[in-house]
Amino acid sequence: MSETDRTYGPAALAGASEGTGGVSRRRFLTGIAGTACSVALLGMGLTLYSRSASTTAPNAIRPPGALDEDGFLASCVRCGLCVRDCPYDTLKLAQLGEAVAASGTPYFIAREIPCEMCDPIYCVLACPTGALDPALTDIDEARMGLAVVVDQETCLAFQGMRCEVCFHVCPVKGDAITLEQRHDRRTGVTSSFVPVVHSDACTGCGKCEHACITEEAAIKVMPTHLAKGHLGEHYRFGWIEQQRAGGEMLAPYDKEHEFHLPEGVRYEWFGEGLIIDDPGVPAEPPPADPIDTLNEGLEGLDGGTR
Amino acid sequence: MAGHDKTKPFHPGASAVEQFGWLRAHRFLLLRRLCQAGVIGLFLLGPLAGIWIVKGNIASSLTLEFLPLTDPYILLQSIFARHWPEATGFIGAAIVLVFYLLVGGRAYCSWVCPINPVTDAAAWLRRRLRVTSKTSLHRNFRYWILGLTLVLGTATGMMMWEPVNPVTTVFRGLVFGMATATWLVLLAIFLFDTFLARRGWCGHLCPVGAFYSLPGLVSPVRVSAVQRDRCDNCMDCYAVCPEPQVISPALKPKGSNDKGPMIVSPNCTNCGRCIDVCSKDVFAFRIRHPGHSPSHHQQPATTTEVSS
Ligand code: SF4
Ligand code: SF4
Ligand code: SF4
Ligand code: SF4
Ligand code: SF4
Repeated sequence: MSETDRTYGPAALAGASEGTGGVSRRRFLTGIAGTACSVALLGMGLTLYSRSASTTAPNAIRPPGALDEDGFLASCVRCGLCVRDCPYDTLKLAQLGEAVAASGTPYFIAREIPCEMCDPIYCVLACPTGALDPALTDIDEARMGLAVVVDQETCLAFQGMRCEVCFHVCPVKGDAITLEQRHDRRTGVTSSFVPVVHSDACTGCGKCEHACITEEAAIKVMPTHLAKGHLGEHYRFGWIEQQRAGGEMLAPYDKEHEFHLPEGVRYEWFGEGLIIDDPGVPAEPPPADPIDTLNEGLEGLDGGTR
Repeated sequence: MAGHDKTKPFHPGASAVEQFGWLRAHRFLLLRRLCQAGVIGLFLLGPLAGIWIVKGNIASSLTLEFLPLTDPYILLQSIFARHWPEATGFIGAAIVLVFYLLVGGRAYCSWVCPINPVTDAAAWLRRRLRVTSKTSLHRNFRYWILGLTLVLGTATGMMMWEPVNPVTTVFRGLVFGMATATWLVLLAIFLFDTFLARRGWCGHLCPVGAFYSLPGLVSPVRVSAVQRDRCDNCMDCYAVCPEPQVISPALKPKGSNDKGPMIVSPNCTNCGRCIDVCSKDVFAFRIRHPGHSPSHHQQPATTTEVSS
């Protein structure tokens, strides 16, 4: 038999004790070292390959309910049951070597066949592993991606034409896409109605991209992390904070120090602006030196030098 | 050991063909090919003929809309990658595991796996071409790879073998469409096994086979060299066996190491090819009775005849 059954693995530990002297011990140790090196190299290779072969193309959209990409690569067993149960042949399994998504994982290309937003959600029901989250039962809550009007230079609506095809095919129209009336600066007299996508309602189904009548779609669905920006955590929009605080920009006790306005004059944001409480009495004319206004009420604090 | 005549072409099984006829000397081989083709055929009935008996692929499937099956190794990769699968996945994996606990873990390899016909073909060609290249790979390396895929899964949070697993990639390709790259992977395995390492892929590297060998540690269905005293040292079984190291302890035990004629190594794939090619009818499938540990070497494991 040409087959020699050398064992350097865990079983080698058992065999080592039978060895006589240094030669077999050296062989054993070289064997272990060799195995360790190969395993380490293999591990590095596997990791590098798996990482690089797991990028998802920007036009490849995961099925509804798919966990985020990391979670998906940990959970999808690449069985294609979701593909089989999709009544519209929307979903496909990525093939080995195809630079679209990790080999064997399901995706769809909206421009080819978009998701029809089934109810019940057949693909999610078919998934045996939870890679498509079974907690998703209302397809309107799906966030497969996000539609973006990527090219205002070719979108017909932006040119002032009444296209609006994307708006009309949208299964959540009115919420996911709205039409916004704008003054058409080209004609100067007419209005244009441009599509605006709202991330709080767009499911990423891709019907808009599929239907866009231009040769290359002017509206495209992208994975949310590509389509969506993110404010820094420290960022606050004043008007939103104001709403949250019940309409007050600042805490009420601070209110009177809000502005150093002349007596009898108030200022209201988003309201009337400057309000002069008693129009009968003319407002005190502004002092010649504006610093005096700022220092109003502070007289005497610094020893009365002002 | 009386080897075969090195000057003549070597056809292991030729004397069994002479003795019993071609069909009987290939019965398990034929049954296995039928089984492998049948499994793929069942999956293809849906997409090709619209008859949906089985959906999905070998990684996870649904039969007749109620029987879920999931590959337990893939599910394990998922768990190691820190995902807790849904109940359907667990139930499917449990059913598969119980099945292979019964029929012999690596029966998966010889009766189901789509790579097996390719590596078998490579082994055949290698014999015909008398390729004698040796490799420094050792048969335990697959267990290192098995462990590596799981541990790396936890480190990276991804399933680590599925991106490269030729078993599932090829099966998925057969059912969902073969990519060029998948053909190339098959070709690579074929060439590797033919010219670089005897039974290199399945016998040394594949962690899927390594995983399935584990239920084989206890599975009752085993091959046994029941009539080992009739062995005439033709070496045909060693030549065809994908894991020849498993035969010796049962067929030719050394002195006090005799633990009975049953092949207890979990790496025996239950392919039955040794039964096919033995002109002395030494081997047969037997049932290993629970409770009789094969390590009691005074008492060979009790056996029951299940097949001639
Ligand atoms: S929701 Fe329906 S159309 Fe969309 S991917 Fe799932 S099964 Fe297919
Ligand atoms: S059904 Fe689930 S596990 Fe199977 S391919 Fe689809 S997403 Fe992946
Ligand atoms: S992808 Fe397009 S059609 Fe689908 S919900 Fe979003 S805006 Fe509407
Ligand atoms: S060792 Fe791996 S490739 Fe070979 S038959 Fe078994 S599962 Fe298939
Ligand atoms: S011992 Fe026999 S049944 Fe087991 S793998 Fe070898 S040839 Fe196949």
